[in-house]
Amino acid sequence: MPGPDAGEDVVTLTKKDFTSSQEVRWCPGCGDYAILAAVQGFMPELGIEPKDTVFVSGIGCSGRFTYYMDTYGFHGIHGRAPAIATGVATANPALHVWVVTGDGDALSIGGNHLIHALRRNVNIKILMFNNQIYGLTKGQYSPTSEEGKVTKSTPFGSVDRPFNPLGLALGAGATFVARTVDNDRQHFTEVLRQAAAHPGTAFVEIYQNCNVFNDGAFDALRDKSQGVHNQIRLVDGQPIVFDEGTRCVRVGENGRLEIAAVDETDPASIVTHDVHGRPSLAFALAHVSNAPIEPTCIGVFREVQRLTYGDAVHAQVAAATERLGPGSLAGLFAAGDTWTVGAEGTAP
Amino acid sequence: MSTTVEERDRVVIRFAGDSGDGMQLTGDRFTNATALVGNDLATLPDFPAEIRAPAGTVHGVSAFQIQFASTDITTPGDHADVLVAMNPAALRADLDKTVGGGTVIINDDAFTPRNIEKAGYAADPTTDGTLDGYQVYRVPMTSITVRAVEDLGLTKKEAERAKNMFALGLVSWMFGRPTDVTLRWLERKFHEGTAVFEANVAAFEAGYHFGETTELFAHQVVVKAAPAAAGTYRNVAGAQALAWGLLAASERSGLPLFYASYPITPASDLLHELSKHKNFGVITVQAEDEIAAANVALGAAFTGRLAVTGTSGPGLDLKAETIGLAVITELPMLIIDVMRAGPSTGMPTKTEQSDLLTAMYGRHGESPIPVIASSTPGDCFEVAFEAASVAVRYRTPVMVLSDSFLQSSSEPWPLPDLTTLPPIDPTFATGGDEPFMPYARDERLARPWAVPGTAGLEHRIGGLEREDGTGDISYEAANHERMTHLRQAKVDGIARELPGVEVDDPDGGAAVLVLGWGSTAGSIQAAARRVRDAGRSVAIAHLRWLNPFPANLGDVLSRYPKVLIPEMNTGQLALLVRARFLVGATSYSQVQGQPLFADDLQRAIEGMLDAGS
Repeated sequence: MPGPDAGEDVVTLTKKDFTSSQEVRWCPGCGDYAILAAVQGFMPELGIEPKDTVFVSGIGCSGRFTYYMDTYGFHGIHGRAPAIATGVATANPALHVWVVTGDGDALSIGGNHLIHALRRNVNIKILMFNNQIYGLTKGQYSPTSEEGKVTKSTPFGSVDRPFNPLGLALGAGATFVARTVDNDRQHFTEVLRQAAAHPGTAFVEIYQNCNVFNDGAFDALRDKSQGVHNQIRLVDGQPIVFDEGTRCVRVGENGRLEIAAVDETDPASIVTHDVHGRPSLAFALAHVSNAPIEPTCIGVFREVQRLTYGDAVHAQVAAATERLGPGSLAGLFAAGDTWTVGAEGTAP
Repeated sequence: MSTTVEERDRVVIRFAGDSGDGMQLTGDRFTNATALVGNDLATLPDFPAEIRAPAGTVHGVSAFQIQFASTDITTPGDHADVLVAMNPAALRADLDKTVGGGTVIINDDAFTPRNIEKAGYAADPTTDGTLDGYQVYRVPMTSITVRAVEDLGLTKKEAERAKNMFALGLVSWMFGRPTDVTLRWLERKFHEGTAVFEANVAAFEAGYHFGETTELFAHQVVVKAAPAAAGTYRNVAGAQALAWGLLAASERSGLPLFYASYPITPASDLLHELSKHKNFGVITVQAEDEIAAANVALGAAFTGRLAVTGTSGPGLDLKAETIGLAVITELPMLIIDVMRAGPSTGMPTKTEQSDLLTAMYGRHGESPIPVIASSTPGDCFEVAFEAASVAVRYRTPVMVLSDSFLQSSSEPWPLPDLTTLPPIDPTFATGGDEPFMPYARDERLARPWAVPGTAGLEHRIGGLEREDGTGDISYEAANHERMTHLRQAKVDGIARELPGVEVDDPDGGAAVLVLGWGSTAGSIQAAARRVRDAGRSVAIAHLRWLNPFPANLGDVLSRYPKVLIPEMNTGQLALLVRARFLVGATSYSQVQGQPLFADDLQRAIEGMLDAGS
């Protein structure tokens, strides 16, 4: 099975090693450009060669991402990238497998594969570009669009309630859950770094601006002057304080998390972030805001370690081989009742 | 008391009872003892979709039919010579599947007024003339079984449960089956010394001795061993043989087997069988749904595994889009479709051949794939191997068609000489100095299989149309047309290495050619034999590859004035043959969820011969 060669000379990789010759064809001004640049810029840091890296994507604007990475790539069908990636990562655990998907791809048509990849803890890193709209099909509301969204398919406003993607991932038992913003290169790269280091499924929601069909959806967080007031940056082990130290997330009535002014808050009730703790904290933090138009948490919400699916599968094969001995076809066929017919052609 | 011994060439027995009566097990054990005697045999498990339908009702009847013979036989038989009916519902469901004048053995204890009513009989069928003309044996199986096990401290219910072993013992005596095979199996199945083991042995022996000592059964029937080629044999069911064929292909290709599937009747048997063999390096994934199963397998194919997904009926519909992705990415993969009676949920445990057109054309766009079908339980082994060989060497998804009947039916199988199985060379691409062309083609029109981990061959594949050679995305008109024809030509080209279809026409120049495919092979052979035994000529031919057709098929069809195509659908192969070769093939259709009946087909052939003379 091909994979990274042990004892190989350390090669110095650059962004160029991960950049394919394909012309990038997203709309000018799309948030995807920043994401692509950040990912290509980050990959060399991992020290994993392009030959051992696989990007798998689904359908939608995000789906084109694979073509721009000079690694192995599989641009699949709508919603199925987590399933294809499960096959890749389980068949060959030596590979580093990334899934690039969008809110429609991951949460609508592919919702089932997403939750089951998370449940199994397949060793894949999922980057979900959330722009709260269907872009490639020219602007219908998505499963993360706000209620009342007016689009081509909802001229009178959408009546659907949106998903909270992180809440969904946590509910599915995700071992790594994070959120970042497309235009914050530094924060984005730090989240990628932690996701890449996580053994198992890493789920990263990226707020991504679609400047054609849903421009400004995340301005409260992306715009510098607003973001400074609204980004609640989670740091493991630190009290959750934001808005230049003036506001915090504290434990309110019935254990509910709420946003309050620091100078009106007992320091003991300010929440201290804990990525390894109970999922209920991460879940509550994911729901501090109703939508990214108000103070919203970004960063790593949860990181816990659990056996990966691929390791469990291969351990079972190894254990069965140890217990039963390597399989022999002749032995298998002859096990049980057999009879022999002699040369004269009659049975026993 | 003296018993007479009658010798017969072949016998069909049908064991029928409630779903919970253990009829499949009884049939299976009788089959094993029969195989070891050296009879040729064919079996037909016939059970309801409900796991435990309400006891005593007709729709809860589970039956197992076996034909065994001292000659070569090809079907489980149209009608039973002997019906073992464990209750009135079984009698009601299966009496019409028994030959007139045949033997009916009933469990007399079960024929209570309440059970008779539950079965839907207006009057007691044992006394109202229903069984006139049959040779009826009324045996109080339940009460004798309970008496035989009474010292073992079992509850009444547990004791009664062993009555299927009584039936097995009785029928084993009637047909001179060896007892040691069954006793050995009971030892393996239940731990020796436990009450359950003792009860089953006691019931089995009670049944055997009942036959031997009562005057009810004055004669024993002997069916001598069938002539067979020298070699070591075992009994094998289709699902087992198919799974083993995949293991063999894995070994001969050096590609670890990766099977992804979602539970569905009747294809689940493949998942069960393969998941037992992890020590062969097999990975099995029970996916979250049918679509996922196909995609997980395709992902594994990308990494250089022997990737397989299996399904039945509705699952095939769900996999269609992924099969299209496998077509355009040109990756090797097997899709096994164990056909069942449809449409929709249809009759999940019943057999049919109605997915042929779906296998051929059930995808959007032009997305040709090779299609192969197995014809007998043992043939499933070779078909799986051959399909894997084509998939790997041509870099294409291959559809393997089996059906519900083949999956659970069994037959004697000569253990294959593994050294004669051809190697399957996957020839992975390796890096060179030239720029890598993921869609360059070899003499088979197959593209390189460049697996992740190989330096210098990093490339991207996907569902968008590819540029010939480079594999870059292309919307160019002429390129799409070229790629469409290339994908078709690759599949068509497989015919160059396939043997031509063989025609069995012993007299030469028969007026009618019967052309079949899949699990109807046995019925077609049996029907043809009967036509020939009556002194008339008929030719038969059977297709293994449905796409591409064998290269000589057009010639063969043109040699016969009339062509009859029997299928367990409404004429799907007939449609393909007429369209492709412009011949006036006649469809013979049976869609009852049962294997094709040989005697009906015999009459159809004779009718066609009569019409022509």
